[in-house]
Amino acid sequence: MAKVHVTTSINGEPMEFLCEPSDTMLDALRGPLALTGSKEGCASGDCGACSITLDDRLICSCLMLAVEAQDHEIGTIEGMAQGDKLHPLQQKFLEVAALQCGICTSGMLVASDALLKKNPEPSEEEVRFWLAGNLCRCTGYDKIVRAVMETAAEMRAQ
Amino acid sequence: MTELRYLAPDTLDEAVGAFAKAGSAARILAGGTDLLVQMRSGVLTPGVIVDIKKIPEMMGIEQTADGGFRVGAAVSGMALAEHKSFGKVWPGVLEAVNLIGSKQVQGRASAGGNLCNGSPAGDSVPAMVAAGAIVTVQGPDGRREMKVEDFPAGPGRTNLKPGEIMVSFTLPPRPPGSSDAYLRMIPRTEMDIAVVGVGVSLTIKDGTVTSARVGLGAVAPTVLLVEDAAKALIGSKLDDAALAKAASACSAACRPIDDKRGTIAYRTKVAGVLLKRTAAIAAKRATQKN
Repeated sequence: MAKVHVTTSINGEPMEFLCEPSDTMLDALRGPLALTGSKEGCASGDCGACSITLDDRLICSCLMLAVEAQDHEIGTIEGMAQGDKLHPLQQKFLEVAALQCGICTSGMLVASDALLKKNPEPSEEEVRFWLAGNLCRCTGYDKIVRAVMETAAEMRAQ
Repeated sequence: MTELRYLAPDTLDEAVGAFAKAGSAARILAGGTDLLVQMRSGVLTPGVIVDIKKIPEMMGIEQTADGGFRVGAAVSGMALAEHKSFGKVWPGVLEAVNLIGSKQVQGRASAGGNLCNGSPAGDSVPAMVAAGAIVTVQGPDGRREMKVEDFPAGPGRTNLKPGEIMVSFTLPPRPPGSSDAYLRMIPRTEMDIAVVGVGVSLTIKDGTVTSARVGLGAVAPTVLLVEDAAKALIGSKLDDAALAKAASACSAACRPIDDKRGTIAYRTKVAGVLLKRTAAIAAKRATQKN
């Protein structure tokens, strides 16, 4: 059947792609758009590995149809670093070893970034509740939560 | 696999026309947090998807002329949380909506979808029942309104007629001394399905409850309005005797299932316990000086 032509913006750049009407945004990102930083964990909105922003709002790309991206703004993990310069959250995740296998990491970073943009001074409880939709089976979460808290403090000090 | 057509009409009339024409093959797309999961798992294979998010009325949060609120059926939980005054007037409705799934899910999921999904355990529904929300629907025969408690027909079923689409919730104006609250019991701290959910809305004048509504979820085939619990609260100062009577009314209204999340005996008892706790939170909010 005929594919649908979608015009959208990804990480601030105008983009076009073709998709099936039933494709998810995650299918489009990892397929025609070749942006494979967003991961597929569960494909049912439980794990958060596919987290992106849609018009600056945190969502699961597996729960969005690719055709819905028409005329909207998508943000992915690929838009987080500025060239070779890592985002402070990315740098901190490396420094404190807040990742092991890495499958959850891009989702954790996109979700944490969305939190800090909304609330630059979250409590540990707020971080833990905000990241409840991002599952990690390696770290036990403590290092991730610490990385977000420390980054938030450093970004506030700047 | 049958071919899927995606439609995103700009007007409600177009959406109703397309939805009715496609018949049982059509599904409405708001946040998609239930629909896409059902499609992925093969439970549903729709032929037509009608995305309602380009229709302004579906996406709006507005104050009505009498001081109430109208919330479009596709408004996400996050949009409701970001509204400057909604959460001050209806903190219980907002906290219920923001218990639906993760932050990612709340970025898309709507109270309208939560209601249309027909789950007896939908978190926003008892709070909407307590709030006295009126649901506006539109179909091939025009518009009609129904009370939110009359909307669900059973697990996964609603009283929408063929071709009808839910348009909005209308919440009534609030007299001074009013507030609401929602609590649910889950075995975890987050991201789970309610074992029991209770919504309470109160108006308190000089320490006495002058009006009350109680919504009870996850303990019957549909979310319940518990009028006997409200009657026990009205006229009282929320003393122990009144709360005990209201709690008993909630337990008496339960017709729960026995499953891995909770037994019949447990759900029935917890319904009463949660009524007391929820009423206390609503009363504290209602009597706080703004």
